Amino acid sequence: MKVLAGGQSLVPMLAFRLLRPSVLVDLNRIPELAGIRELEDGGLEVGAMTRTHELEVSPAVAERWPLAREAAPLIGHRQIRNRGTVGGSIAHADPAAELPAVAVASGATLAVQGPAGVRDIPAAEFFTGVFTTALGPGELLTAIRIPRPPAGLGTAFSEVSRRLGDFALAGAAAAVVLDGDVCVDASLVLIGVDATPVAIPAAGDLLRGTSVTVEDAARVGEEARALVEPGSDQHATADYRRELAAVVARRALLAATATSYRVRPG
Amino acid sequence: MRRTLVTLRVNGEERSAEVDVRRTLADFLRDDLGLTGTHLGCEHGVCGACTVLLDGASIRSCLLLAVQAEGAEVLTVEGLARDAELHPLQQAFWDEHALQCGFCTPGFLLTAVELLRETADPSEEDIRAAIGGNLCRCTGYVNVVAAIRRAAGAEG
Repeated sequence: MKVLAGGQSLVPMLAFRLLRPSVLVDLNRIPELAGIRELEDGGLEVGAMTRTHELEVSPAVAERWPLAREAAPLIGHRQIRNRGTVGGSIAHADPAAELPAVAVASGATLAVQGPAGVRDIPAAEFFTGVFTTALGPGELLTAIRIPRPPAGLGTAFSEVSRRLGDFALAGAAAAVVLDGDVCVDASLVLIGVDATPVAIPAAGDLLRGTSVTVEDAARVGEEARALVEPGSDQHATADYRRELAAVVARRALLAATATSYRVRPG
Repeated sequence: MRRTLVTLRVNGEERSAEVDVRRTLADFLRDDLGLTGTHLGCEHGVCGACTVLLDGASIRSCLLLAVQAEGAEVLTVEGLARDAELHPLQQAFWDEHALQCGFCTPGFLLTAVELLRETADPSEEDIRAAIGGNLCRCTGYVNVVAAIRRAAGAEG
């Protein structure tokens, strides 16, 4: 049995006969699974069946989950985003997908429902391998919860692909929190360079207390390069992905810092 | 093999047919409704030749099961012209020589319908981003972009 969300990854697999489920359960007419809800604590709850395109145009997402708004236009093409879903992308866990990294970098919590009841899984613990997640048999991802964005937050997503809309050869989701000119926290998560999104703890460790100069960001990029273990395939060699890891890490951290200045009130 | 009745509106008209539940919308439009303007290029969601509008949104009809379109409004290339009068986009594609073999063209037209509905004066960058999901092996895209610019100007 497979569940059918946006179908933008699943249906091609059916077409290729990579999967032959005996039962396909269509989630598209369950209204409770869709919708974007602003939470009382300042956070956001995004229903799993929310179309990826919605992230590009929702005012609530612009305000409370700007990293998702920045990453969304990089996800495939408009036709894919019109049907593809936030929950589907996260549950599918493609190593080159943007939303898993966005979820981890945002400190998101994934709401899951199954035969044993409901539970929450932190995004950082959700992705366990290539196309593999912590979802158990019969469990369904129902919503993604984002914590209230801290004051001084700037976010950015940077990726490299051969053409717009291609799978990322490497990508980085960055969140930087500035107090005045000084970084008080930073998170960085890379995609396309390993089996799962890779969190780079050096981002926080090296950037706290700095003003995130080009040199600071480049130093984090070098830590990222050392940490990742990409594979080689017909699109890029492991060496090239390692090089890209350093580049997208640096670009994303600098862009996130610039955003933090740009979105400041007053 | 399970079959079911699918009823939906296509190009403003109610259409209905009994199909295998595994039938894609693309195959349903072509084989069950006789609307062969929607083309099959790759049948796995990368080429855009099968693009149609579903409730106004551009989608890859090879990635939707026909049963999922129950009750929906679908616009295909056959729904663009009014009798003998071409849609402004079709006229612009003609004027700018934006098609050669024409296989990809219906997909581009429906993608452009969505773009021009949302963005009255798209820049070249807007257009190239919007058509990124449609592949053409003949034209090199330059005239396609020019045609969409031309149609945007005509409608504005």
